[in-house]
Amino acid sequence: MLDHKMLKNKMLDKDRISRRIRLNSFIRSLFSFSTIFSLLVLGVLLYQVGVDSIGWLDLKFLTSNLSIFPEKAGIYGAIIGTVMMMLIVIPVTTILGVSTAIYLEEYAKKGKLQYFINVNISNLASVPSVIFGLLGLTVFGRLLNLGSSILAGGLTMSLLVLPIVVVSAQEAIRAVPGYLREASYAMGASKWTTIWKVVLPVAIPGILTGTILAMSRAIGETAPLVVLGIPTLIMKIPNSVMSDFTALPIQIYYWTLDSVLKPEYANLAAATIVVLLVILFVMNSTAVLIRNKFQQKF
Amino acid sequence: MTGDVKLKEKDKEKEVVFEVKDLNLWYGNDHALKDINLAIKKNQVTAIIGPSGCGKSTFIKTLNRMIENIPSVKITGEINYQGKSIFDKSVRVEELRTRVGMVFQKPNPFPKSIFNNVVYGPRIHGIKDKQVLMEIAETSLRQAALWDEVKDRLNDNAYGLSGGQQQRLCIARCLAVQPDVILMDEPTSALDPIATYKIEELMESLKKDYTIAIVTHSMQQAARISDETAFFLMGELIEFDKTTEIFSNPKDQRTEDYITGRIG
Repeated sequence: MLDHKMLKNKMLDKDRISRRIRLNSFIRSLFSFSTIFSLLVLGVLLYQVGVDSIGWLDLKFLTSNLSIFPEKAGIYGAIIGTVMMMLIVIPVTTILGVSTAIYLEEYAKKGKLQYFINVNISNLASVPSVIFGLLGLTVFGRLLNLGSSILAGGLTMSLLVLPIVVVSAQEAIRAVPGYLREASYAMGASKWTTIWKVVLPVAIPGILTGTILAMSRAIGETAPLVVLGIPTLIMKIPNSVMSDFTALPIQIYYWTLDSVLKPEYANLAAATIVVLLVILFVMNSTAVLIRNKFQQKF
Repeated sequence: MTGDVKLKEKDKEKEVVFEVKDLNLWYGNDHALKDINLAIKKNQVTAIIGPSGCGKSTFIKTLNRMIENIPSVKITGEINYQGKSIFDKSVRVEELRTRVGMVFQKPNPFPKSIFNNVVYGPRIHGIKDKQVLMEIAETSLRQAALWDEVKDRLNDNAYGLSGGQQQRLCIARCLAVQPDVILMDEPTSALDPIATYKIEELMESLKKDYTIAIVTHSMQQAARISDETAFFLMGELIEFDKTTEIFSNPKDQRTEDYITGRIG
């Protein structure tokens, strides 16, 4: 027999209750401190970058070519380089990524092989970008002899973000309720008709959100391009996919390195960081907007 | 072949649409349907009743082979649709499902406009003419007794309709493909009594042109709307007869226990 009275007294013990309440407030302050701390560090960084870029970030900076003289230098070439690289990354990753996701989710037999492929794609998504840089250097740079061209850079970057696109597209496709597919099959629709007319229209917002986030990763990545051997100083504006090029993160990297030679380079790097952050901010906000606007209510 | 069954059933004027012979079905090792033999006849409502998990939904989904979307399913036996085996290699499920439509338990309209929901089937089967599609939409919605409620908002999203309207929209969508048979898997279980009443009325009017097989949880519903009733219990077909017979004069004790509410 349980001693109910004893148990009841124990559970109503005033000291224990106040101890639990104290613990709760301690945990709360600890967690809010963590949040505030990260926000603070981010704020300091942004402030520092912002201050350093004052006076350097203007229209001339965006439209001038690269120069060894800090006063004349601009990031026009780097912007063009980034844009051209993305013109390769976007079609390559969306076409390959979404097709792979559709195959794995809708066509592939659910079994060991499909599970094995899925696990590996998720693993690939977390492989360090330097490794992808080395892969790109070996396959595209050396083997296919593309050197450090925009094409080599774009393909390397595509490899890097492809797993992210595949995984997010898979999740979007998986979130489409089965009863919608059933309704379509029950009217005699084939698998592809069902995918095209029912699954994709519902999954597109999710796919788009994941793809945009992957693209902003590709725009910000530096390591793979460094490994590919993008030259430090390029005066020419790239005019084809085979041209050598520089991109925004690369520019930030080299200018930061060179700031030991001329302190003004640090200001150029800061100004470029602001430009890159604005681009990323716009892209990520677009992704969030799309997600909110099209969020399905099932 | 269908002639034999007709004679056996002593019902010469009714043509057999589905003839099920020794049907067995397994989900992995779970024997879900055991030696089912029955015939579904043209232009009448066949009700399938039984407690949860007795295999009635499994059975109806076998008729249009939707059950095969579940990977572990194994089937033996025969189902003939208008004299031809539906498991024959030459039968394409797409064609079978165009002739044998289905309405599900939970209303499942597409997140599209009312119009685009109804004409989904005709469109995927190659009808593109806007005028024709419009006529199909109107006819189907009228048949489903929904036209008057939605005619002014055909371009609104189907999710704005009530549950009962959504289910009638699904019936209209099914009718738009001009099937011969309509399979209904507990079509009113998610609906209130008034919406249920409308759908039952609708079935009464549809059986002139269509053959209907309906799975239902409600014995009253089976009694109200069906011509013949099959009683399933634990994967077995216990009794199959005219609905009036089943409800007034059941031959099997288990049927009687079920319809009088002693089991299930």
